[in-house]
Amino acid sequence: MKNSDKTVNIFLSGVGGQGTILASNILAEVFIKAGYDVKKAEVHGMAQRGGDVTTHFRFGKKVYSPLIKYGDVDFLLSFELLEALRYINWVKPEGKIIINKQKIFPPAVNLGQVKYPEDVEKIFKKYFKDNVWVVDGQGIARSLGNVQAANVVLVGAFSNFFPEINPEQFVEAIKSLLAPKLHDLNVKAFYEGRKAL
Amino acid sequence: MKKEIMQGNAAIARGAWEAGVKVAAAYPGTPSSEILRDIAENYPEIYAEWSTNEKVAVEVVSGAAIAGVRAMASMKHVGLNVAADPLMTLSYTGIKGGLMIVVADDPNVHSSQNEQDSRNWARFGKIPMLEPADAQECKDFTKIAFEISEQFDTPVLLRTETRVAHSDSPVVLEDRVESNIVPGLDPKDAPKYVMVPINVRVRRKAVEEKMKKLEEYANTFKYNIMEINDTSVGVISSGVSYLYTKEVFPEWSYLKLGMVWPLPKKMIAEFAKKVKKIVIVEELDPFFETEIKAMGIKIWHGKDVIPNMYELSPEIVEKALKGKKYKEPKIRVKPEDLPRRPPNLCAGCSHRPLFYALKKLGAFVFGDIGCYTLGTAPPLQALHTTICMGAGVGQAHGAMKAIGKDALGKVVAVIGDSTFLHGGVTPLMDVVYNKGNSTTIVLDNRITGMTGHQEHPGTGFTARQEPTNAVDYAELGKALGVKSIRYIDPYNIKETMEIIKEEMNKDEPSLIIYKNAPCMLLRRAKPTERFKHPFYVVDTDKCRGCRMCLEINCPAISWQEGEGTTKDGHKRKGTTYINRDQCVGCEVCVQVCKFDAIVPGTK
Repeated sequence: MKNSDKTVNIFLSGVGGQGTILASNILAEVFIKAGYDVKKAEVHGMAQRGGDVTTHFRFGKKVYSPLIKYGDVDFLLSFELLEALRYINWVKPEGKIIINKQKIFPPAVNLGQVKYPEDVEKIFKKYFKDNVWVVDGQGIARSLGNVQAANVVLVGAFSNFFPEINPEQFVEAIKSLLAPKLHDLNVKAFYEGRKAL
Repeated sequence: MKKEIMQGNAAIARGAWEAGVKVAAAYPGTPSSEILRDIAENYPEIYAEWSTNEKVAVEVVSGAAIAGVRAMASMKHVGLNVAADPLMTLSYTGIKGGLMIVVADDPNVHSSQNEQDSRNWARFGKIPMLEPADAQECKDFTKIAFEISEQFDTPVLLRTETRVAHSDSPVVLEDRVESNIVPGLDPKDAPKYVMVPINVRVRRKAVEEKMKKLEEYANTFKYNIMEINDTSVGVISSGVSYLYTKEVFPEWSYLKLGMVWPLPKKMIAEFAKKVKKIVIVEELDPFFETEIKAMGIKIWHGKDVIPNMYELSPEIVEKALKGKKYKEPKIRVKPEDLPRRPPNLCAGCSHRPLFYALKKLGAFVFGDIGCYTLGTAPPLQALHTTICMGAGVGQAHGAMKAIGKDALGKVVAVIGDSTFLHGGVTPLMDVVYNKGNSTTIVLDNRITGMTGHQEHPGTGFTARQEPTNAVDYAELGKALGVKSIRYIDPYNIKETMEIIKEEMNKDEPSLIIYKNAPCMLLRRAKPTERFKHPFYVVDTDKCRGCRMCLEINCPAISWQEGEGTTKDGHKRKGTTYINRDQCVGCEVCVQVCKFDAIVPGTK
């Protein structure tokens, strides 16, 4: 960040089981090691039961509120298309959006009562022009042999927005949070994600 | 100086360890559950237990405190209602070793049955209460709570809420310091601890003296902090409400209260003199406002603009205080137009076939608190009350007494295993004693599910995973006097319906218990091992698109539109589809399908 005094607001959204919490834990490790104050807020409780999961992640010189102010999101990092769209109004006009192109149908869509929203990418591009990036997290993770690593692919893609942070710092954070047998896969996932933008 | 990013709950656990705590007890409840789990996993110096319920937890830790060690209990806001009985009198007896009770509120009811403001317990019980705003304060306030407890001979309440308990921020780590109180019990202390009227009257006076001294202490308490900046507006606030307000109005002056009861009246009066206008920002009840107004201090804004329900946030505070000057962000998509994503029972969950069976039986279902509360959601809609832990068992009994024999065959109570032990045993005893005829089903999935898999007296393991006794629900029922006790395999829908129907029709108390139906996420119970096939698929030659299998609301089954015909010529508007990654092969949909269109899949 050029202006390191300013608090940066990152909003993560996804569906229970997608690994959004690991992703936000990686960010926390990285930015705290980089010397920032960090605050991170999430709602647990029913996350494993397929509900939506959101994390407010903020870093800067001194961070007060654990919640981002509505309309003040600098980066929307979303792991699922509908869950990205749900928070579109939270993003600043000049905000950046990074979306995993996965679709997970909520019950009402499964039951055929309502339609899954179409053209999520187009809607974002209408408002945010070139500040929208769509990543095939599942596709990249599957090519590495484990679709579970899609969350780390997204973190890899997202890391490009912080050129002042050495990618090795992300790798270090990933290793500190995962069991050794998962290191190889996730480090690869991180670097493949980093190449994806 | 070691700094770590920590969740508020983890910081409380760390603070307890650093404070030399020796005994910790809890009953799980969002957003408090991680505290005891963290202690059990990381701090072997502390004896840690999952207690049967919150009342037991407070009794256990108060026994430890009376024996002279530092002890703590943790629970969610409604848990303190259960624990209120011992707590209200512990305020009179006081303690020997420091005693702290953590109470975690849930403004906006992210995962609770009500939105009560626990600060009222502090005033009601005449007990000091601290309220941290972030993880560092969670740790610091925990440590100072034990000092206050010992200095003033009182239990201390530590109030958190979802955005403090479940928020992470940096924490400076320090070493553990053992308490210098010598543990031990002395029968000569009986007058202090035996609350019979003659002693109570003595202690009653001690309580008032304690509160007077605590109010003096609050005026100099180092975490009641005055920040004088622009003096045109002075904000009185606490916890996360302070952080939201500071975020949007950094230029104003603040009085941030770390101790929310008793209030530092002298300090508040002094602050009021330093600033032109007073604003009180607090979540939920007008707790400070009522007290401060009673002091004769004029308030510019409080609950006239700040909502008294749901949680606050930076924009809610900004909007309330700026009024028309607040600029609403642009609405690009109306979120209410998007499909919601409510939580659902997991694929393969044993509660799904049970609620399908209860729906088919047309029963009125008195429910309880747990994953199975999700049985109320459409399309199952087979759970009709949820009040508190244990309530359903007594309510079913009361309803049947009210309606009489006409209710036979139509009413049932369902309750989880952990919940049954928490609060369902005494009402079941009541059913038998009072010649009731209600049916109670214990949905025994071998773990406390909703809060993230905590052990309980029925699982056979302690908080530290040591093997221990597991309650036998049938033997327990027998001892209470229940004569009609049956097991059901909820995955066999037909048989389950027959058994429940029989028991509901009996003019005597019945107890039905799940057999071999563990939670899908409980790996040690190998929950999917009982299923014959790893997954099932829809045979599109046979599927008529009748949508019956969608009625069970399985996350693995979805509707796929597309006109077509079955092999034997039936027209259809679409078929259902089973996601093989999610399907665990529970065969519930197979039993629901009338056309044998759901068949084992092959890899």
